[in-house]
Amino acid sequence: MIVHPTTAGMLLAGVLFVLGLISILVRRDIIFMLLSVEIMLNAAGLAFVVASSHWGTADGQVMFIFILAMAAAEVSVGLALILQLYHQLKTLDSDEAAKMNG
Amino acid sequence: MIGTAFYIAALIAVLSTVMVITRYNIMHALLYLVVSLLAVAVVLYLYGAPFMATLEVIVYAGAIMVLLIFFVMMLNLGKESAAQEKLWLKPRIWIFPSLLCIILLGELVFLVLQNRQPVSGVQVVNPKEVGIALFGPYILAVELTGMLLMAGIVGAYHLGRQKEKTLHRFLENNQS
Repeated sequence: MIVHPTTAGMLLAGVLFVLGLISILVRRDIIFMLLSVEIMLNAAGLAFVVASSHWGTADGQVMFIFILAMAAAEVSVGLALILQLYHQLKTLDSDEAAKMNG
Repeated sequence: MIGTAFYIAALIAVLSTVMVITRYNIMHALLYLVVSLLAVAVVLYLYGAPFMATLEVIVYAGAIMVLLIFFVMMLNLGKESAAQEKLWLKPRIWIFPSLLCIILLGELVFLVLQNRQPVSGVQVVNPKEVGIALFGPYILAVELTGMLLMAGIVGAYHLGRQKEKTLHRFLENNQS
């Protein structure tokens, strides 16, 4: 079976994205939810690079660099939030945070 | 045809991602996630983006994963952590990610040594073109990304700060 490279790359990106989505819906540990967001961002970046190589332009790779920088900023703020949550609730279960009432 | 290299790397990426989302232990999941990111880096290399593959390895598999691992290790400080460390380092836990990594390394060495033209349908985009596009039409977005990173630093500092116990000075004197 002959598959076009762009199709194959997009399929891989889609599969990785859906795996991350399943994980963020199923898992209750809040660090695992952060990891799932990382997986999904990575899959989106892969799709951008595949599209960039399909059209032969640099735009997709520029977007990949932006996604990379955004993932770094997101993970640092997310980890700080998890740290605050852990100090307040003494657990990493995200269901515990549902009882939060300010 | 894309070639066997893409299929092997894609299979490793999907397999290790499935292992990530089915682990119970966070450190095992992080180990598999590093393997998954390395496999995606090989796929990026195959799609004519060597600079992006390098960035993926350095920033994702290097910086972000090390940040997460340090964070997880910082959370469960305690006397049971050493025993848990010993428990984690059994061969049957690290042998499978290492095997996947060795397959990826062999594939990468094979691809570098072969030095052939990319397969049809894939166009190589040089890092030079990426740089010209980054600091030409996208200069505003680059500055916005810098501001985003600045906001990330400030937000992480503000949120991660421990709340100090502030007592009135009379109470402090009474305590001592």
